[in-house]
Amino acid sequence: MRYTDLVETIQFLADDGRPLGDLPLSSDELLHGYRALRRARHFDERALVLQRQGRLGVYPLFRGQEASQVGVALALRKDDWIVPSYRETAAAITFGMPLSRLILSWRADPAGWRIPEDVNMIQFYIPIATQVPQAAGIAHAQRLQGRDAVAAVFIGDGGTSEGDFHEGLNFASVFDAPLLIVVQNNGWAISVPTRKQMKVQRIALKAQGYGIPGVVADGNDLVAVWHAARQAAERARRGDGPTLLETLTYRIAPHTSSDDPSRYRDEGEAGEWAKKDPVLRMRGCLTHLGLWDADKENALTEELETEFLAALEEAHAAPEPKPWEIVEQVFAEMGPDQQRDWAYLRGES
Amino acid sequence: MIAERGTRVLNNVQAINEALDLALEHDPRTLLFGEDVGVMGGVFRASDGLQAKYGEKRVFDTPLAEAGIVGFGIGLAMAGMRPIAEIQFAGFLYPALDQVLSHLGRMRHRTRGRHTIPMVIRAPYGGGVKTPEQHADSPEAVLCHVPGVKVIIPSSPERAKGLLLSAIADPDPVFFLEPIKLYRGVKAEVPEDYYTLPLGKARVVREGDAASLLCYGGMVEVCQKAAEVAAREGVELEIVDLETLTPLDTGTILESVRKTGRAVVVYEAMRTGGFGAEISARIAEEALDFLQAPIVRVAGWDAPYPPFSAVENFYRPDAKRVLEAVRKVLTH
Repeated sequence: MRYTDLVETIQFLADDGRPLGDLPLSSDELLHGYRALRRARHFDERALVLQRQGRLGVYPLFRGQEASQVGVALALRKDDWIVPSYRETAAAITFGMPLSRLILSWRADPAGWRIPEDVNMIQFYIPIATQVPQAAGIAHAQRLQGRDAVAAVFIGDGGTSEGDFHEGLNFASVFDAPLLIVVQNNGWAISVPTRKQMKVQRIALKAQGYGIPGVVADGNDLVAVWHAARQAAERARRGDGPTLLETLTYRIAPHTSSDDPSRYRDEGEAGEWAKKDPVLRMRGCLTHLGLWDADKENALTEELETEFLAALEEAHAAPEPKPWEIVEQVFAEMGPDQQRDWAYLRGES
Repeated sequence: MIAERGTRVLNNVQAINEALDLALEHDPRTLLFGEDVGVMGGVFRASDGLQAKYGEKRVFDTPLAEAGIVGFGIGLAMAGMRPIAEIQFAGFLYPALDQVLSHLGRMRHRTRGRHTIPMVIRAPYGGGVKTPEQHADSPEAVLCHVPGVKVIIPSSPERAKGLLLSAIADPDPVFFLEPIKLYRGVKAEVPEDYYTLPLGKARVVREGDAASLLCYGGMVEVCQKAAEVAAREGVELEIVDLETLTPLDTGTILESVRKTGRAVVVYEAMRTGGFGAEISARIAEEALDFLQAPIVRVAGWDAPYPPFSAVENFYRPDAKRVLEAVRKVLTH
């Protein structure tokens, strides 16, 4: 028995989207899920265009990982929390982040970095794995406050090498924190493949070291991810503690808009994974079930483009950030040093 | 704010314990946690009796992992709690520096005020009591180089209690470094009630006109001894206890130095790059015309704090070294 077989991979859809058996989702949920995938994909494609036009900063693409992120976000409630790494724009979109804020966010505009009050998400994290113990704290706070809300923290395969990943999982486990630790195993940590990152090629097995369940889902199968995340969230809400959910996927795109993967990998592999594309797969499912057709697809594309253009316009309308904002929000009240710098930046001294 | 009820004589550990007790009583969101803070009450007993009083949900032991402790606290704070984390010794903070440098002081700024971290991290610091290796570090300069983080170092029981209660009530992250040497070495009258003392204010603890001794934490006691010796020779030294290193009360420092014309900066961390360098720079930038002698620093040597207890006392500044510096600025 191969050790990768020690843990079963949850899968509901064949590569072409054909259901492999009964699906745990209603028709409405399947349609809702597909729209969420398309919405994320549309943003990613348009964001890359904006970046190439010089209208966005460095942008971490998520192409190919839509199901892994959207599936988790769909399993959450409005009062739950999302604690992302930098690649979770798809999760953020599905969880309720306005597109205009995300455009501003990836334009490195302060107006985008302030998450709206009604979205329980922390702004994207750049340091690797430091968000995991923090997410454990956010999750634990829900229990202390007598709520059954949960938190979902996202990390990649490379991030599991960091000490904070271990400390975060251990804290979550010891305190039975209602936390979903979602590891998107996309095969690559920039240029380093998972096989060079760790000996264990099923990250979910690491859960055993913390005495918590480790679940593997086909990360390109929205039904599988949604179902697995929903089960983990229900478990957490019951007070039974965290779950490590590994989604098997692939970073089809470069690491970011600045990366050139041809330096370190054979793009044929990405081509193979493109055949398992999570969006096409879900469309295949809907088509197979008679829930979707070309007319609906065209109407959806038009709707998404209209939505994106409106968001872009809204983002353009955001006020230009002022230089003195640099020293604002360092403390709740400026100290004398910030006051001095603030006056200089305003040209008052 | 001065208490209505009476005062008692307490040492620093007792005053800190009382502040923690009142904070837990004052605000149900307050949590106290760290290594061995629960049943045991902390290695210095600062949380003695508090788990029994407030229960295991509010006062609890954590796994032995400093990055986890700080990261967990950051999450608790962002989600609406008021965490107080104990790092067992300031020299044990280093595994958590990624959490401190990358997140603790940055969250309010990067989220434009949406997510904040009203968290206190307490840690015993400094030498003088023959602790094992790594237990006597004074890493305050590292923390003062982190934007968005306040740094408080008390020097007496009455100040420790009021400053800690202010730190806990503060909307931003605060490091509260407690001088190990003074934990039980100093006793003083402490008001019984809940009271706060302003952060960001230095105070003149002894008035004089010959020279200014600028110090904080464990060095205040050393400077007071030096000032008593000098007074016998008719030299009146002024002592400024900074108390808050960030945000620094530059005004009080400058006022004293402009009055005396001589500045001796005393700190027990390694001299180079220490917080005393920042104090010296500010004096040089803003009061140079008032100086009658170069600024002199008295600090730990440019070496690790020695794990060799037989020579430990030669590392940490004492009254003799402070007086040598005073002589230097007076005879320039």
